[in-house]
Amino acid sequence: MLLVGLLSTLTSPGVLAAAVFEDSIAQRTIACTTCHGPEGRAAPDGYYPRLAGKPAAYLYQQLLNFREGRRHYGLMTQMVAPLSDAYLMEIAQYFANQQVPYPAAQPHKAPASLLARGRELVLHGDAARQVPACVQCHGERMTGVLPQVPGLLGLPLDYLNAQLGAWKTGKRRAHAPDCMAQMVQRLSLDDINAASNWLAAQAVPAQSQPAPAHATAAAAAKAGVPVPACGSVALPTATAAPAGAAGRAAK
Amino acid sequence: MTQMTRARLWRRFSWAASAALLLTGLLWLLNTRDETAPAGPPGPDNSAALLARGEYISRAGNCMSCHTVPGGVPYAGGRGIDTPFGTVFSSNLTPDRDTGLRNWSRNDFWRALHNGRSKDGHLLYPAFPYTSYTQVSRADSDALHAYLQSLPAVAARPPAHTLRWPFNTQAALSVWRALYFSPGSFVPEPVQSADWNRGAYLVRGLGHCSACHSARDALGGSSPLDLAGGLIPMQNWYAPSLSAKNEAGLADWPVDEVVTLLQTGVAPHASVLGPMAEVVLHSTQYMSPADLRAMAVYLKALPHSDNLAPDLPSAARGPRATALATSSSARAGAQLYENHCAQCHGEKGQGVAGAYPALAGNRALSMPATTNLVQIVLYGGYAPATAGNPRPYGMPPFMLVLSDSEIANLLTYLRSAWGHQAVEVSALDVNRARSGPQR
Repeated sequence: MLLVGLLSTLTSPGVLAAAVFEDSIAQRTIACTTCHGPEGRAAPDGYYPRLAGKPAAYLYQQLLNFREGRRHYGLMTQMVAPLSDAYLMEIAQYFANQQVPYPAAQPHKAPASLLARGRELVLHGDAARQVPACVQCHGERMTGVLPQVPGLLGLPLDYLNAQLGAWKTGKRRAHAPDCMAQMVQRLSLDDINAASNWLAAQAVPAQSQPAPAHATAAAAAKAGVPVPACGSVALPTATAAPAGAAGRAAK
Repeated sequence: MTQMTRARLWRRFSWAASAALLLTGLLWLLNTRDETAPAGPPGPDNSAALLARGEYISRAGNCMSCHTVPGGVPYAGGRGIDTPFGTVFSSNLTPDRDTGLRNWSRNDFWRALHNGRSKDGHLLYPAFPYTSYTQVSRADSDALHAYLQSLPAVAARPPAHTLRWPFNTQAALSVWRALYFSPGSFVPEPVQSADWNRGAYLVRGLGHCSACHSARDALGGSSPLDLAGGLIPMQNWYAPSLSAKNEAGLADWPVDEVVTLLQTGVAPHASVLGPMAEVVLHSTQYMSPADLRAMAVYLKALPHSDNLAPDLPSAARGPRATALATSSSARAGAQLYENHCAQCHGEKGQGVAGAYPALAGNRALSMPATTNLVQIVLYGGYAPATAGNPRPYGMPPFMLVLSDSEIANLLTYLRSAWGHQAVEVSALDVNRARSGPQR
């Protein structure tokens, strides 16, 4: 109930009440911003993840994952089910382009030992168990890496735990080869909880944009634990696709 | 035991045995009616024209929607169809030798479509709507067969159905079929126009509109000719009557608007959400304007009447919302409308043309069935992204923003505002949808 109360005060569509109707992508995505906040700025005090400023290709892939059953959240699946690839890409691009400031990190109650364990995993991984550091792929600043690796900061603790838990149980998947699934399999539930807690307690750096693309390979190369290959989907050509025919053909 | 008792027992047993035999024979007869397949045209014909026709028919019949898992290979089957009796999994329609239709002749395929019987002889579950497809012509069946045989073969065996006893038995199915199914052919009515006849063929047969738009009884049976509206099993959506003027009857609609709605998902006075969005997305948007026009002509001519007492939840029998228009719940609803809805749907419920539907005078708001309203407010949704409306506007979900009683108040207000005179919505109705089986 507390969660519901918070969401209704902080992210109710009433926030947009003053807006006059306009034929814009912002207007067309009001259905998204009710939960994800105006311009996708949802703060870590609720459950829903922030969308603003995440790499467009990442957001696009998640929308496809919901539509095609690799991620499971009934509300999202129902929302995107009738939408085409081209339109989903446009929506992803819109939220990726929003540069809105992050709120301060949430106060945390986690014990220091848990945070220390989480910090170690995120920054250095665990070579003995072939667990790469999160920063190897998600960027040294953990703000993500272009074109499609998401940032890990500014997200609700419950959301982080739920996602890593879903990777571990196989409930959340990505395109094959599913590198996240392989790596999370090597983590225990305690590891997940530690990493989530430490990540949720971090402030987002002033420069919060995703790092440029080449950073990934460079970071991965100098680190000790090799990162499994990651799958991805081809992006639609945003202008050419006639109402996302490809999306429908795939259904 | 005396000689006489034994004789009487024997006589009774013989009677019972003969009756059982007779009943079995009757069931067998009823289940094998019209199974002598008329011969299709001689020789295999895989001309491009035939394949294109087959593809068009598969769209008109919306085969791919059920025969594809989300994100899976088209037509490879395996999608679970939830029914009140358990889950039925769709079959693989690609020409794979072991798991698909590779060995199915045109006759085998016709028998499945026309008689609801598989190649190996077992009876098919009517989640596959052969109660409607039985009206499909032999020529269309052959074209569809040729098209499916031209698809890339995919080895994929669907999971076994998970139906409860006795629904998982062929015996029960044969009884069901004796009660609800008889093979039929579409017979044109000469007094009607060519459009009407073409529309009737599409609506009753390939379109299987009655699968949703007619009520099902406790055993899941319905009349394929009746489009008087019905709750869609397991989905908590009400498919409105296509004949009732106070629901989705089309008598007063221009033909062009019906065509536009089926082609794009939006029209001046309506837009499609929920299960119908899927139908427009995968099926009707691909149909030719001539066929859509024919369907519109047929639907407009359905005998119309107001739907007063369909099989609806308790709310339909409650007090009329007009009586409550001044009540505290309706006043609270008016305030909620002002805060959450008016910025898109307008202070007077006038909507925004091309983006947000008008609520004032909208039949969807004052229909006896309230389940769709509750669904839309709770979960929101988008109209389908079609070639004619590629970037639809969306309705936000309010499941975390408004409580059950707030949504009930809001809908009660809407059902009494702007001249609407419909019964109230209760918090219980909202709660039922929140905990529905599909979540």
